[in-house]
Amino acid sequence: MLSSVVSVAFHGVAYGMILYVISVGLSVTMGLMGFINLAHGVFAMAGGFVLSSFMARFGVPFPLAVLSAFVLVALGSVVLERLLYSRLYGAGELTQVLFSIGLILVSMASARLIFGDQAARVLLPDYLRGQLHMMGRDFPTYRVFIIFFSLGIILLLWFGVERTRWGAMVRAAVDHRAMAQSVGINTRLLFMATFALGSGLAGLGGALGADILPVQWAYPFEHLVYFLIVVAVGGLGSLRGPFIAALLIGVADTACKYWVPEFGAFLVYAATIGILLWRPMGLFGVRA
Amino acid sequence: MNMFRLAASAALALAATAVSAQQTVKIGFITSYSGLNGNLGPYMERAVRLYLKQHEKDLGGVKVELLTRDDTGPNPDKARQLAQELVVRDKVNLLAGVIFTPNAMAMAPIATEAKVPFVIMNAGTAVITTRSPYMVRTSFTLWQSSYPLGQWASKKYKTAYSLVSDFGPGHDSEEGFSKAFEEGGGKMLGKVRVPLQNPDWAAYMQRVKDAKPDVLMVFIPAGKTATAVMKNFSDLGLGQAGIKLIGPGDVTTDEELPNMGDVALGVLTVHHYSAGATRPQNKAFVAAWKKEYGQNETPNFVAVGAYDGAAIIVDAIKALKGNMDPDKTMEFFKTWKNPNSPRGPISIDPETRDIVQNEYLREVKRVGGQLANVELETVATALKDPWKEFQKKK
Repeated sequence: MLSSVVSVAFHGVAYGMILYVISVGLSVTMGLMGFINLAHGVFAMAGGFVLSSFMARFGVPFPLAVLSAFVLVALGSVVLERLLYSRLYGAGELTQVLFSIGLILVSMASARLIFGDQAARVLLPDYLRGQLHMMGRDFPTYRVFIIFFSLGIILLLWFGVERTRWGAMVRAAVDHRAMAQSVGINTRLLFMATFALGSGLAGLGGALGADILPVQWAYPFEHLVYFLIVVAVGGLGSLRGPFIAALLIGVADTACKYWVPEFGAFLVYAATIGILLWRPMGLFGVRA
Repeated sequence: MNMFRLAASAALALAATAVSAQQTVKIGFITSYSGLNGNLGPYMERAVRLYLKQHEKDLGGVKVELLTRDDTGPNPDKARQLAQELVVRDKVNLLAGVIFTPNAMAMAPIATEAKVPFVIMNAGTAVITTRSPYMVRTSFTLWQSSYPLGQWASKKYKTAYSLVSDFGPGHDSEEGFSKAFEEGGGKMLGKVRVPLQNPDWAAYMQRVKDAKPDVLMVFIPAGKTATAVMKNFSDLGLGQAGIKLIGPGDVTTDEELPNMGDVALGVLTVHHYSAGATRPQNKAFVAAWKKEYGQNETPNFVAVGAYDGAAIIVDAIKALKGNMDPDKTMEFFKTWKNPNSPRGPISIDPETRDIVQNEYLREVKRVGGQLANVELETVATALKDPWKEFQKKK
């Protein structure tokens, strides 16, 4: 019993971290910047395709391919931000939703044209495969890696937003853009950089998660519901919210599948409804 | 419903006159181009188009028109609506295609009421063909692969665990396998049904690992889910723990093998088709496929179901000279045989309108640098759907 609790806790945390890693970018663009960017999955998908193409076609090693996914997606997103997103920063929620859904459709069709129908091929290097043996149990190496990597990202992000000048400027600009501009903050540049960071993180998440959540042209729609659950349950405008939410969902989902698999399908949604009824702003929401 | 009956019979009357005048046979082709397994629809369409291209000249001037529609994955309402439009508005002579069981079931009443012969090219739940006398199946049933798999496994292993997707074919696979395995003296340690769309498999695999069976029998509807299952099986070290992975052929579906990589090596499955099979008819089929669609492309079991589905349609058109009277077409379908299918000899069982075929035990091996399902032995010859045979005995 005890050892199965350990396993469930581990797999739950690992699954939560995967959810967190693919949604973390959204907690920056949607949570921090307040843009309803449903097209988040597009950037995650792009990251996955960068990883897969770099590894399969050019033989780039895995760490470098992950880094490339982050950098290329961040750069690519700057173009989109300048051309499209920046025009809609102040726009209503419906406008932003319609725009980002349109972007999803365009990107899915393009991805299918370029990469075909099959999921992107991701073959992990040998040192990330297999299991680690601890306390008489086996733990998949890749999931251990994902857990520590995500912890690193949340710490960096938290530090950046809460403790650096950049973080203070972003928070100020989001709360009151006109006031921030009038005290001399270049909000245009600031938003562009923050957007690039959010999208880059999405690309990173798509790349890292690709071994577990296969990257295919339909990815942006397929996983949209998970991104939204994580951010909605965590609460907008909060960084730790989505993190806690992802962990909660991951552990609850895994526990349910392990002990009562008959109900495995519903639990995530039931929990989401429950939490949102209890706290409509999400666990740590500060803005409606 | 009355409105629909009226519309359908009107459509039928129109369709009957239209065909004899123009000698064009219209096929309403419904498959999945998007959603779960949206990658399998194109295999189906490519196979049909390849067969039509190869046999166009035998049709004696009759034209075949393929009207393709996307049912967006397991989506019975959508499939039903598309079938209705194809029958009523486009006046098709035949319905064909369909990846997913729920979609085929939803289309059955339309085939019956409008008397449109319906060629099922994939969906593999045993019960489907009993739902309409106008259905014929050229693919497989899950009982056909899972029952012999259970018989074979019961001779080698003592305990088993089953993990299947929670819908018709999954239930069939679970029942067929456990029936045969238990009849052979084996013991089922557990049976788990997993939601069709399931992102993370770790919890289920851990559950299986902790139960310590000799074999894990998995059915999932091919596609990228197969790769996800395979990677999780390997990540959690079930193989090292002494558990053997087996299943119907979906779990090692040919087109996903490159995505799985070496973790698929040694997995044993029972299925009716493998792209790696060495019989000459299959070599010719694979070569034609590569010539048409590119050297890196490989057909799979969905493709062969559709290829033979196109064959039965083309043969019917030849026999009836393009006059596709629904009842005559069905009579023709019921006695159809093809000794030269890429998967070996096949025929239609006149009583059930379901496919009769061989089942092969295969192992994933490396052949010429690439992974392939290598056929080891024929575990069942000219096998009818076991589920329907058991129903008869009851």
